[in-house]
Amino acid sequence: MGAYIIRRLLSVVPITLGVLLITFFLFRVLGGNPAYRIAGKNATAARIAQISHERGYDKPLFLNFQDFPRSLLDAQFPRLCAQLARLDFGESLSTKQRVSTMLRQGFVPSLCVTVPLFVIELVLAITFALLAAYFRDTWLDRGLVVVSVMGMSISTLVYIMVAQYWLASEWRLFPVWGFEGPYYLVLPVLIGVVAGVGGSVRFYRTVMLDEMFQEYVRTARAKGVPQQTILFRHVLRNAMIPILTNVIIAIPFLYTGALLLENFFGIPGLGRMTVTALFNGDEDVIFADVFIGSILFVIANVITDVAYTWADPRIRLR
Amino acid sequence: MTVATTTMTPAVPPQTATPAQPTGLWRIAWRQLRRNRLAMICLVILGVYTAIWLYAETVFWGARLRGVTPAYKVSNYDIRNQPPSAAHPLGTNYAGRDNLGQVIQGTRIAFEIGLLTSVIVIPLGFVLGAAAGYFGRKVDTVVVYLYSIVDSVPPILLILAIAYVVRGAIDRSPVFQTVTQYIDSGLLAVCFGMGFTGWVSLCRLIRAEYLKHRERQYVLAARALGVSNAAIMFRHILPNVSHLIIINFSLRFPGLILTEAVLSYLGVGVANEPSWGAIINDAKQRLWLGNWWELAGATAAMFFLVLALNLFGDALRDALDPKLRTAEAKTA
Repeated sequence: MGAYIIRRLLSVVPITLGVLLITFFLFRVLGGNPAYRIAGKNATAARIAQISHERGYDKPLFLNFQDFPRSLLDAQFPRLCAQLARLDFGESLSTKQRVSTMLRQGFVPSLCVTVPLFVIELVLAITFALLAAYFRDTWLDRGLVVVSVMGMSISTLVYIMVAQYWLASEWRLFPVWGFEGPYYLVLPVLIGVVAGVGGSVRFYRTVMLDEMFQEYVRTARAKGVPQQTILFRHVLRNAMIPILTNVIIAIPFLYTGALLLENFFGIPGLGRMTVTALFNGDEDVIFADVFIGSILFVIANVITDVAYTWADPRIRLR
Repeated sequence: MTVATTTMTPAVPPQTATPAQPTGLWRIAWRQLRRNRLAMICLVILGVYTAIWLYAETVFWGARLRGVTPAYKVSNYDIRNQPPSAAHPLGTNYAGRDNLGQVIQGTRIAFEIGLLTSVIVIPLGFVLGAAAGYFGRKVDTVVVYLYSIVDSVPPILLILAIAYVVRGAIDRSPVFQTVTQYIDSGLLAVCFGMGFTGWVSLCRLIRAEYLKHRERQYVLAARALGVSNAAIMFRHILPNVSHLIIINFSLRFPGLILTEAVLSYLGVGVANEPSWGAIINDAKQRLWLGNWWELAGATAAMFFLVLALNLFGDALRDALDPKLRTAEAKTA
């Protein structure tokens, strides 16, 4: 298993390289010289040339053949990779801060929203899914499914706008904007849960129902095991594999934050930071973000595999 | 059940196949769908939306070809921000444009996004998934690597980045000038963004199916007869998995509509046409003045379409391929 884990962790190199390559392609190749975006609309050619030179945008994109063997890697993409590999995330263009500092400051507010959101939604979704599966084909099950699908048919934007306007502004139940204490997080988390729980319930319900029709359930019922025991001891444990996959893969994305909620409620998290960076042409922030994100993604994948062996002892990692 | 019938009929040349067997996959599925009252209601709703979409297209193209400003874009400042009335059932917006007309055009944009995105998603996802599943080995490694890369970036960020950059590139490039005369550059950019991220789910699905089908007897028989790989992939296996494309489309479409709204809010959506996302985003400022109708109109239009698509997609999936249930992950 150790060898397997190490082999899987090594895939972090190609995955991260691929992600960087796509980002690089988008922002430097397709997007043109970033110096134009940095300098603004009324920049002189000299200013553009200066920025290009300072930040290395005047170098070749992938490989440098000017002075063949010696400076082959003195090009934009290899330099970017080398810089990130040293864990040097560069400096933000708009705030002149170190990107590492910005990330450190941003991830706490992001997690303050996404972690409670994620946990509450998961617990609620699995509870409702078990209920629906237990009472399947009754009015309760159908009602839960219809409400879930209706819930996921409304745009998150609308949930946020309506809640912010009525609950916070008109009825003054919650603060409208800001990040000054735990109470400021209640409404964003609440909205996130309401907006997301429908889809999760529907997903987990099908997972549970798939297990419900397995033969071991029939056997258990035949020998007189009570419904609740079947549900909690047999079905839930066997449904662990799809549940785990779904849960662990979502974890790396918690760090990027809930983009819309952060924007509407003025939470200074990473989601908001990334979007601002995107529109300001602040590439160092974007590169750092996708770099860390892809590493976390690979780690989460490995954890999922390990968790499989725990959930289902028949699975062996080789 | 579907699988059983396909294995029993190995590679019958299309010419000799008896036309319209009474127990075909689609016929059985349709019979089952027709019994499902909820699915039938959804189908009617989808039919109504399709009619509205076609109507909106005629309004749009009628005005475009005659070179006049379409009625839904004519502003009349005397009647701005009016609540719903007999003349304007959904009220008017900040420029005195009829809100209903805007919402109807939003239907057009929603359908256009669904179709244009599928033009990217279906060929890309299908060909890559089929090649990966059919050939295995190195091809499979490369395809899996490709979609792992897409998977490891939060989808909304990737869509946003692609849409933002592509829009800039489209606006700058002279090649696209002729295209953007007819299709909004923002709409095109959004479709690019959602297309180049959305192929992953279809690709995974198709890959898994091709992995299964390439071991089947009929494929072996075709190979023994010397049929080329391409013909086996597209003429023999494709008809057995084509229903997956339709299921995937009907379940992906609602997600596209919802994502478009988010993109509009973040500023990379459709630029010069009233998409539902753009209407909702416009309504944001005037909600604080108590103008609820702008938000309500677009939200309701979006709600019923997404709801009908979700429910109908589920029913279609159950009718065509009941085993698929958990293979579909939840929508973002």
